[in-house]
Amino acid sequence: MDIFFQQVINGLVQGSIYALVALGYTMVYGIMGLINFAHGEVVMIGTLVAIAVTSSLIGAGVPVAVAGLGGLAAALLVCMALGWSLERVAYRPLRGSPRLTPLITAIGMSIILQNLAMIIWGRNYLTFPPLLPKINYEFAGAHFTLVQVAIVLISAAAMSGLVFLVYRTRLGMAMRATAQNPAVASLMGVNINRVIAAAFVVGSALAAVAGVMVGSYYEIAHYQMGFMLGLKAFTAAVLGGIGNLAGAMAGGVLLGLIEALGAGYIGDLSGGFLGSHYQDIFAFIVLIVVLMFKPSGLFGEKTGERA
Amino acid sequence: MLEVTGLHVAYGGIQAVRSITFHVNEGEMVALIGANGAGKTSTLKAIARVIDAVGGDVHFCGEDITRIPPHHVIRKGIALVPEGRGVFPRLTVAENLAMGAFLRHDKAEMAADLDKIYGYFPRLKERAAQLAGTLSGGEQQMLAIGRALMSRPKMLLLDEPSMGLAPIMVQKIFEVVRAVAAEGMTTLLIEQNAKLALEVSQRGYVMESGEITLTGESASLLNDPKVRAAYLGE
Repeated sequence: MDIFFQQVINGLVQGSIYALVALGYTMVYGIMGLINFAHGEVVMIGTLVAIAVTSSLIGAGVPVAVAGLGGLAAALLVCMALGWSLERVAYRPLRGSPRLTPLITAIGMSIILQNLAMIIWGRNYLTFPPLLPKINYEFAGAHFTLVQVAIVLISAAAMSGLVFLVYRTRLGMAMRATAQNPAVASLMGVNINRVIAAAFVVGSALAAVAGVMVGSYYEIAHYQMGFMLGLKAFTAAVLGGIGNLAGAMAGGVLLGLIEALGAGYIGDLSGGFLGSHYQDIFAFIVLIVVLMFKPSGLFGEKTGERA
Repeated sequence: MLEVTGLHVAYGGIQAVRSITFHVNEGEMVALIGANGAGKTSTLKAIARVIDAVGGDVHFCGEDITRIPPHHVIRKGIALVPEGRGVFPRLTVAENLAMGAFLRHDKAEMAADLDKIYGYFPRLKERAAQLAGTLSGGEQQMLAIGRALMSRPKMLLLDEPSMGLAPIMVQKIFEVVRAVAAEGMTTLLIEQNAKLALEVSQRGYVMESGEITLTGESASLLNDPKVRAAYLGE
């Protein structure tokens, strides 16, 4: 029982990051039925851009808080531009081609972005400058930090913003209409290309926020960090029901909790045979179980024939 | 108002529409009738730019619209009510209607048009907050027509509005189609129900295997022995 609360807190924090990234997968899938496997790399680019900008601003004597905001702004700009370019350059020319083609292209873009990041930032681990003071809190025997609190609050704010955009604005209505019937949305005067581009840009903005959060949480970054994070966020999106916004949020948080609790108890469960560094297996057990028994996910819409 | 000249539509080598020419005058309702697969829907889709024409051209109000981007068609004043209705199932009735007015910003006028549409179809008002996917087929057809009217079009293209509906529903829908036309709406109506289409329209064209084979006043087409034999089941 002693580690239960602790692991729930850890799971919530990790889960909010998964949720933000999962939203990017699910928005693009919802609108065009494409799994953008390069999305994890957008997060990675966001982290590395934020490190570069924040560190150099701090080096120039700018206050840490301002430098952090500068890093976030730069990550947002670069990621949004990157998301827009991915759609324009890699996916739009393939619209209407067999489903496998854009999928392979997405994997290709993922490899290209990793290598690009390696060329720019090198193969070594980079340290993310601490943006927030190291304040510790204690609740019911569990410890958590200011950074963790900030991650959960910022994720919640970003997700509320997205929900507002999708359900309360004209662009959001156009996005939902396009996801449901692009040909008819076009008859209503919706420029489908612009709506799809917007989905990529908005998803990438969330990825940038997630990138900064991952960076300041682990204080470390690497050009390959997007791969595993992307795969887990994809798992979260599938768990919630890919194409469904609420599903991505719930799936992300749930996956974070499953992983944290799994890592906390795996030693006891396996009689000490497996340690907490096996935590990654939980995400993939979840993915396999969901795909076997409920491929439409928890909030599943009928995606079977499109998947 | 609408002039279609030598329109040609093909799907991967299969000729759906073979060089047809017809026109619709302002304020007129014209019916395009014919059997299933005659090319009626393809004709409408090509006019509304849902599909590309292989050849020929389409002029609307004197302007060539054959190659304009699909999302510009409604801007020109053409609203298509698609075959099978095409409502957005997971948007509410009110949101579907708002999508019809997607390009409009004249809030007061939009509210007036919405009232008018709710007047035509009180059922839609009752169900305004309901998801469109939960409506019956007839209600969805009402919604599709209401949505098209929300764009305040110069011309309506109706693709099989009676398809799959109970006779009572067909009657309700056509009452509104008549009422809208009576207010001067230019309308091109496609129907398999030839009798109904010829009764509400002023002129008609008969399509067979992608070609127009017969044309004339709707009243005289109704009495034409060939039409009666082929489409009115006599």
